Amino acid sequence: MNLVGAVVDGILTGGVYALFAAGLSYMFGVMRLVNLAHGAFAVVAAYLGLVLSGAFSGLGDPGALLTAAAVTIPVVAAGGYLLQRFVLQSTLSESPLPSLLVTFGLAIIIENVLLVTMSADTRKLSLGRGIETASIDLGFTSIGVFPLVILLLAVVLLGGLSLVMARTQFGRLVRAVSDDPATVGLTGADPRHVYAIAAAIAFGLVAVAGLASGVQTNFSPGSGGMFLIFAFEAVIIGGLGSLWGTLLGAMILGVVQSVTAVALSPGYKELVGHLVFLLFLVFLPNGIIRRKVRL
Amino acid sequence: MAEHSKRRIAAVAALASGALILSGCAGGLGGGGGATESPGGADGEPIKIGYVTPQSGPLAAFGEADAYVIDAMTAFFAEHPVTLADGTTHPIEIISKDTQSDSKTAADVASELILQDEVAMILVSSTPDTTNPVSDTCEANQVLCISSVAPWQAYYFGRGGTPEQGFDYTYHFFWGLEDAEAVYNEIWQATAPADSPVGLLLPNDPDGNAWRDAATGFPPFITGEGRTPVDPGPYENGSADFSAQIDAFKNANANIVVGVPIPPDFTTFWTQAAQKGFHPTTATIAKAILFPSAVEALPEGLGQNLSTEVWWHPTAPFASSLTGESAQELADAFEDATGAQWTQPLGFAEALFEVAAAVLEQSPSLSSDDLAATVAGLQLDTVVGPVDWTSGPVPNVAKTPLVGGQWRSNDAGGYDLVVVANQNAPEIPTGGTPEPIQW
Repeated sequence: MNLVGAVVDGILTGGVYALFAAGLSYMFGVMRLVNLAHGAFAVVAAYLGLVLSGAFSGLGDPGALLTAAAVTIPVVAAGGYLLQRFVLQSTLSESPLPSLLVTFGLAIIIENVLLVTMSADTRKLSLGRGIETASIDLGFTSIGVFPLVILLLAVVLLGGLSLVMARTQFGRLVRAVSDDPATVGLTGADPRHVYAIAAAIAFGLVAVAGLASGVQTNFSPGSGGMFLIFAFEAVIIGGLGSLWGTLLGAMILGVVQSVTAVALSPGYKELVGHLVFLLFLVFLPNGIIRRKVRL
Repeated sequence: MAEHSKRRIAAVAALASGALILSGCAGGLGGGGGATESPGGADGEPIKIGYVTPQSGPLAAFGEADAYVIDAMTAFFAEHPVTLADGTTHPIEIISKDTQSDSKTAADVASELILQDEVAMILVSSTPDTTNPVSDTCEANQVLCISSVAPWQAYYFGRGGTPEQGFDYTYHFFWGLEDAEAVYNEIWQATAPADSPVGLLLPNDPDGNAWRDAATGFPPFITGEGRTPVDPGPYENGSADFSAQIDAFKNANANIVVGVPIPPDFTTFWTQAAQKGFHPTTATIAKAILFPSAVEALPEGLGQNLSTEVWWHPTAPFASSLTGESAQELADAFEDATGAQWTQPLGFAEALFEVAAAVLEQSPSLSSDDLAATVAGLQLDTVVGPVDWTSGPVPNVAKTPLVGGQWRSNDAGGYDLVVVANQNAPEIPTGGTPEPIQW
């Protein structure tokens, strides 16, 4: 039994969860909107990457997928802007129910449209053998280069976004809109535009997550549900609205799962992960990092 | 999928109910297979045969050959209607249903076939997750069901059969774990050190549990061969992370991996094994790498010398009792018509219809009891070899020959399945010898 190795593996798995959770956490932090279609949009991004990398297949691996990603991420982000501006904006109210129902409906529609157009087959994205199977020997365990890249990407994206929110003019604007859209509107800024840009950032993040996960494992039209569950749990464990908390929550979830798999049985890892989430929900509903200021 | 709902136990209620609605919608959309009408030419009413296989979803590769076989059989039966014992001739109408790789959907479409389409019998194949729910539905409705492409232990004991007490309306033909053990052992001996432990990659599903069984599965066989089984425990299908299993195998110095994962899981496992520097010399994997499409889905070159069991191969010296085509001719015709590489279920899809036609022609009547009694005494030489229900290991089961093969890259950039181990069924010729995996 290699507990240290399991912890390392769990942190790497946490990197994927953190990528998935980033967009969910950000949208909740800015506009109090829980996007239940979050996982479904990750799957959409993965399929978009699959179709486009087929179109760019002349570039070979990994050029085809990297080019496809360079197109997919802005396209999904733009989709997020339009969706927020023209659909989700009108669902924002004191009650969380309208946005929950609308995004839930979107998740169902997306899954079924993908089933019809792409079939239920499991698919995978390819970056080429060199990158996908590259390995680093740490002595006590070996880790894959690609999962490590995902983890670093998650840290950079979440950390970068957190800094942008804390330090820049744009970040102050978003926080101001989040606190009091009506007053910000009086100063000349359009809150709807600011919300939509935040949604675009969240959707760009979810596209990165969908593509990264599509390379590391597989996806099918029904994969969105699992993506959403783990992202949701990471956000709750870390503390709603806190980006650093989300990263920490994702790591905790990943480590709990991988240590369970080694110490108990691989069959229990999801269950124990869910139980830990439940414990947080009951005893620490605000998560590890309590939000003093928003974001 | 069922596995998913299991994992959602602790999720918040809104999400859980959402998942239910999501999967409900998915089920509602699919399930519609194409009904193929036979033209006339016979004097009697058409006889309907239901055909249930996974044509989409994680097990879709099993159904790749279905469309071709159904078209070919529809054309064949249009020209050669079956003649019943009373001398009347009848066209055959094949009603095909897709399980979407889901065992609940499989049972649902079987009920539909029985209650709405009123089929005379159901043919079902591809993994116990498909054959078992459909067979159980048929048994409950007293309709004949002939199944294949699932190891017989997972089918028979998995459904609650005992060595004495079998089933009334459900019959099966395929190989068993004892054959897989013999075939895999032949490959292990040729490619791995004699004392190498054996890593078990067995999911928590009917196949995995039958393979893990402490009395009849792989662990006692491995121990009996003087090796140590390394079982990290069952995992759920669709896992995204196999590092626990890989670490356990690596720490035990297992040079051999044996398993029965679903195709996408093996892709994940094998990629992560390479990432984590786990380099076994031998991998005998059932189910997941039966198909060229699954081996090609692995990162480039990682498919070379992976071993799997071979239950049907074009070089086998068998021929179809319906069309007279040899195994090689059937594979060639499939490749010409579809442009795709042949797959093993092709032979068994054909054989299911061979058995169905033989049963209809030999049965004294179309009643389920007469049909079932006919299967129980049926001996037929098919394109997958001799099928004989009078000499099976348990009631309701007939065995077909099994050999072992390895994937070898070909000039076209793909992989060919080459028979490398045939001690278990010497009538099927080898095309090479077992080779260790080169990393």
